[in-house]
Formats: sequence, structure tokens, C-alpha cells
Amino acid sequence: MNQEVILSMNHISKSFPGVKALDDVSFHVRRGTVHALMGENGAGKSTLMKCLFGIYTPDEGEVILNGEKMNFHNAKDALNAGISMIHQELQPIPYRSIAENLWVGRYPTKKILGLFHIIDAKKMNNLSVDLLDKVHLKIRPEVKLKELSVSQIQSIEIAKAISYNSKIIIMDEPTSSLTSTEVKQLFEIINDLRDQGVSIIYISHKMEEILKIADEVTIMRDGRYIGTWLSSELTTDIIITRMVGRAMSNIYPLRDNTPGETVMEVKNFTSTNPRSFKNVSFDLRKGEILGVGGLVGAQRTELVEGIFGLRAKAEGDVFLHGEKLDIKHPRDAIHKGISLLTEDRRGNGIFGVLSVRDNVSVASLDEYVDYKIVLNNRKINALAEENIKKLSIKTPTTKTKIQSLSGGNQQKVVISRWLARDPEIFILDEPTRGIDVGAKYEIYSIMVQLAKQGKSVIMISSEMPELLGMSDRIMVMCEGRLSGILEGREANQEKIMELATKYM
Amino acid sequence: MTNIVKGKNMNKKALKETLIENAMYVILLTMILIVTALKPTFFSIGNFTNILMNSSVRIIIALGVSGALITRGTDLSAGRIVGVGAVIAGTLLQRPDYASRFFPSLPDLPVWGVLILAMCITGLLGLMNGLVVAILQVPPFIATLGMQSIVYGLSLVYTKSQPIGGLKESLTGIASGRILGIPNLALIAVTVILVMWFLLNMTKFGKYIYAIGGNEAAAEVAGVNVKFTKIRVYALAGICYGIAGVLLAAKSGGATANYGIGYELDAIAACTIGGVSTAGGVGTISGIVSGVLIFELLKTSLQFLGVTPDLQYVAIGLVIVIAVAIDIRKYLIKK
Repeated sequence: MNQEVILSMNHISKSFPGVKALDDVSFHVRRGTVHALMGENGAGKSTLMKCLFGIYTPDEGEVILNGEKMNFHNAKDALNAGISMIHQELQPIPYRSIAENLWVGRYPTKKILGLFHIIDAKKMNNLSVDLLDKVHLKIRPEVKLKELSVSQIQSIEIAKAISYNSKIIIMDEPTSSLTSTEVKQLFEIINDLRDQGVSIIYISHKMEEILKIADEVTIMRDGRYIGTWLSSELTTDIIITRMVGRAMSNIYPLRDNTPGETVMEVKNFTSTNPRSFKNVSFDLRKGEILGVGGLVGAQRTELVEGIFGLRAKAEGDVFLHGEKLDIKHPRDAIHKGISLLTEDRRGNGIFGVLSVRDNVSVASLDEYVDYKIVLNNRKINALAEENIKKLSIKTPTTKTKIQSLSGGNQQKVVISRWLARDPEIFILDEPTRGIDVGAKYEIYSIMVQLAKQGKSVIMISSEMPELLGMSDRIMVMCEGRLSGILEGREANQEKIMELATKYM
Repeated sequence: MTNIVKGKNMNKKALKETLIENAMYVILLTMILIVTALKPTFFSIGNFTNILMNSSVRIIIALGVSGALITRGTDLSAGRIVGVGAVIAGTLLQRPDYASRFFPSLPDLPVWGVLILAMCITGLLGLMNGLVVAILQVPPFIATLGMQSIVYGLSLVYTKSQPIGGLKESLTGIASGRILGIPNLALIAVTVILVMWFLLNMTKFGKYIYAIGGNEAAAEVAGVNVKFTKIRVYALAGICYGIAGVLLAAKSGGATANYGIGYELDAIAACTIGGVSTAGGVGTISGIVSGVLIFELLKTSLQFLGVTPDLQYVAIGLVIVIAVAIDIRKYLIKK
């Protein structure tokens, strides 16, 4: 690597009450390179980037950009200095046009009557067309954002970054909700940017991606800097070892569960929404892990939410041990021993402002009622303590608000909420999305453990290796329909892909 | 050397943060000290008893509203429903020998019977709020705004817009009486506080209130009966308003449909001062009670200082805004 260093973050430390989030971290980015920043959740990547972007002020250390010491107070300072960030969760203004989304807050203006400044719509649209061209989007700038797909919105964000003349673009998990074609397109844009001398800081958990796109890789662990390597020197195994600080011989635990007889049958399940799931029939065995594969938009989430009573069905039934279930509300499903870990952890998983204890116990308070009405808070606390220990959840106390934990720990809290109900059927929708390797392994182990105890697990996953590594059988959906069920042994990426695109 | 300086700075910073975190109490304490220095009579048992009695009714209303606030709702009908409680007590509990009785041939009814009746009726009004919010999914602000108007109209029709006087001693005695030197009103408020504390902290109902406020979608997934819980929150609030209304009538010895007007805003303000978050899921009984006490103390202090009632509005408005600004700052500094 002989490109000059454009950005240096030297000896950055940042503490929050009770946690040292960053401890003497240094980080250097070269001009015109893609620099991957890796680490488990809670390793401090986001905190470091927020320090760079002016959202947090570091307690110690300095940020040097182009040889000049920077002192950002907010995101706007960083933007003006040439640093942009593409957030994992995009924040578009849905009912406004692409052009307005690009130029909001700094609209090109013209003077009329020598007095008033008004928005120069023509100029704005022309500027927008150029920008859209740079991110390979062939859409007119008048189109409203709500018409666009996630990947197109992301491209708009990148276009916005380009319009700020950004020399450094931070991308936080940019591929987490993209299809493989869209990932390819994103990589083309990234390569263009790199050729033009823009540096990309690329945060992701996906090893294959990193090895493909990154020039350099910096790894962090527990708020500390571990090292920086050329990506050509690295392999998935080496990265994992350095991230978790120990050799991980297996990404997936040994699956020593044995599927038995059928416990649940889903017959002809059809949504009230004609574009959602239709005529889906499958069965689930005792002690089985059933993977559910498919592309984004295959209606897998909708299907399991339908089974769980969160979405309406027009037709079809669920049978548990031969008994037909009448599920109208999640309550009904829960009482029949079905649990659902939802895909959108922040949207309908965690209660951010509530304590870890309340988050663990909320679905099983029935079990902790004395004299018909009084909650036994001592027992509830014990339940939380027990789960924190069992799932090695990193939290200062049971009273800590869940929103201050890292994503992986939040996920483990929600999982323990359902484990507390001892479900017979546990449906997990993308259980490891956005979660670090160590926590992933722990979640896999929990699933295998449940299957060994004779419980049945349904796991929706968009990660092929995860599906292949964890499932006894894999059912694949396409466009709302069940396109096939594969035995785990005979499944491979090609077969899954073929089924996932069967009806397209 | 540098370490010592650093330590000092840290202490200064910590002190500043503590002061800001507890700014309301700091302001309150300063205010009491200043008012006492200027008007020594302020610091008297008589005055504090007075504040306590004023606060008692307000605390009951604030506790009612708080459930709605914690579930990210609100209840603008609180004050007018208090008025309903007051006119029910007023019309049914007049002295038998009072010249212009509202119901001339009404037999002498027991106070507890009328109290229960008032609680039932106001509870039903609250239930209606709950049904509109939970089943019809009308935003609470609008649902309770509508109820505010409906209830006020009904009260006016019922009382023929006439003030009601001549309340029985067995009713007014409740407000003026004391047990072991403690005003009855305060004892009743403490009872309501204990019941509400129990409901919020020791029952599934309470936990579900916080869960719904914290994340309604997640509560739904976790099997919480969101609709039923919300309906109960508003019905319970109605019952609280009924109690407050009867006590208000008892305290003043009369009633009109205008009783309680605007009390909902005071109650919401007091809850906010006491740390109930407008974003939902956050709020404690102790906070709400302190909020009301601060609010009432503030009003009394302003009176003692000779601030005109007109200017008192200005001061109270400022305190509300400052309180919320400080509250929000608590979340901001975490960054």
C-alpha cells in the first residue's frame, strides 16, 4: 500500500457511564482505498465512527484529516470537511422527490425580482441527473423516494455523499438488506469511487464481502485496536480468530439432535393479501431445525407472522399434534407453545426504555403471579439473573435499560424472553442478522440445544452458509409460494438458489 | 499535579450534572428558602397543610392521567370528567333542609353510596375513552378532546348550567376533617397513591402499561393484550377523576359543571415535571407525586411573593417548558 494516509484517528478513548467503549484506538485510512472495519458487536466500531462523524466527542485522542487537526461538533461539520456516512438504517423522506432528498437543507436557489431567493428546481434536477448517473441509477430525479427499493435509496445516499465532495464515505453494513445482484451493483459503485480517489470505510460482518472488496482490514475487539492488515493477507478463519481473540474451529456447533415424528402441520396457508404467501403447506418434526430460505421479498417473514397470529390469513390451517389451532393473536400462539423471534429487533422486539429484567419477563408474567394478582418480583429478578448467566448476556445489572446493550446482547435478551416460556416450537426470523460471530455461535448452540430437548425450531435466514450449516431440512420460498423442501444433507447453494428463483 | 486538577474538574463536572439532573428539586429548594426569607409566615404548618390539601386532589387526577401518558396517550377529558364527579356529588348530596335542592324529593343518600356511583359513571366515561382509543384506534389526543366537549355539554345539561350549593356536612366534613392531625384529603390521596403504586409495580397490568409505552408493536408480539390494557388504563383514569371530583365538591361545599376545567393540563404538566416521558414507557409514582407537589408549592410561593395571578400563569408556563427541556437533556447528554 503506497497511497498516502488521508485520515488518522490517533489514540481515541471514549467512556460512557460504566463502560470504556474505546480504549486508545488508532485508525488510519489511505486515499482511494476501501478500508474494512471489523469486530464483534460491542467491539466499538460504531462508537469510533460516531467519534469521527462528530456525533460523539472523544474523551481523548485526535482526528487528523489531510494533515489538519479536526474538531467536529456535529455531523454537519464532518460533512463539510468531506466525511459522509451511509447509515445501516436509511432515513429517506418518502413523499419527496429524489432531487429534494439529495439537496434538502442546501437547495440550489435563484433570485427573483432581485429580492427573494427561491429554489431553482431546474438547476436542482440537472445537478441530480449528473449525480444519479455517477451511482448508475437510471431514474428521473422527480420520482418520489417511496417508489424506490432499499438498494436504490442506498444509491441515493451515496449520490448525496458524492455531492458533498466527500473524500471519505463510511458505509455501515451496507449490504444487510440487499440481494446478491444489488450487492454486485453496489460494489461497482464502490470501485468507481475508489478509482476517483475516494476512501471508503466499510463496516460489515460478512467475511466473503470484505475479502472481495476491501484493500485493508482493521480489526477491533472490546473497544481496543487489534491491528490492520492487507486483505490479501487474510482469510475468513484468520479474521474470525482475531475478532474473537481465540481460534474458532467451527462456525456452527455440532448438530447432534435427531428429528422425530411430525408435531406441526401447516396446510394450504394463504394470506389475505394476494401478493403475500399463498398455498403454503409443510410439516415440522420434533427435535428438528427447519431452515427457511428465499430471497428478500419471498414472504417468509409474512408467513411465520401469519402462523403466529400477527397477520391475517384468508385460508389454511395450522395443526399441532393433530389438533387444529385457532390463532387470532400472538397470545393464542404463545399459549399453544409457539414463540416467534421477530426479524426487526428494534421495531417489534425490544422495549428500549425498559430494563433487561422487564424485557426478559414480559411474555411470561403469568408464571410469576401470586394470590392471582401480585407479581413476584423476586422470582422475576431471579429469572433475569439466570438468563443473563445462561446466555452470557453482557449487562451491568438486570435493571439496565436494554437500549444501552449491544445488538448481540439485545438479541440474546429477546431470545431469553421466549426461552422463559419454554416453547415447543420456536420460530426465529433472521436470528443472527447484524450480530457478531461470537454471539452467532451462541445463538446457534441454543437452537441445537432446543432441538436436542425435543423442541422444534424454524429458522428463517438469508445467509446461505447459515441455512446449510444449521438446518436438518431447508424449505425455500419464492414469490409467496413454497418452491421446495431440501434435506439438509443433499442441499447446496445452487439448489437453494434454483428454488428461490423458481417462480420469477 | 495535572491529576489533581483533572480530579477537581471531574468533581465540578459531576456536581454540575447532579445539579442539572435534579434541577427541579434545586429550584424548589431555592424557592422555598427565598420565599421563607422574604415572608417568614410561608414556612408554617398551616401553610404546608394547605398546600398538602390542594395537592391531594391534584395528585389523584395526575395519577389517573399518568397511565395514559405512559402508554404514549393523553387524556384531555380529565378535567371535565372531574367536573362530572363534582356535579354528581353536588346534586345528590345536598342538605335535606336546603331551600333550593336540585332534586327536592330526593331521600338523604349516604356519601359512600354516591361516591361509588360517581366512580362508576366517571369510570364508564373513561371506558368510553378507552374503547375509542383502543378499538376505533382514534389518536388519544383527538378521542379525549371529543370526550372533553361531550362531557362538558352533558354536565351543563344535567345541572341546567346552575351552580349547586348547600352540601351536606357529612360530605364537606371529609374535606375539612383530620385524623391524628393529618388532613383526610391527604390520607385519601395516600391511599390512591398506594393502590396505583401497587397496580403499576406489582401487577401484570402495570408491567403491560410500561411495555405498551415502551414499544407497542413489541408488546403485541410478546402476547400483551394491548387493546384490553389500554381500555383499562382509561377506565381506571375515569375512576380516579370521579374520586377527585367528589372530593373537590366536598372541599368547596358546592359544585358547577365548570369544576375541574383545565385541570388536565395541570396534571399533564405535573406528570412531565415529575419525569413521565412524553415518548412513553417511562414514569414513576414517586415522580408524579413530586411533580404535583412541586407544581403546587410553586403556585403557593408565587402567591406569597405577591405575584399577580396573571403573571403566575407566565411563571408556571416557563417552569413546564424548563422541566421538559431538562428532562430531554438527560437523554441528550448520554451521547
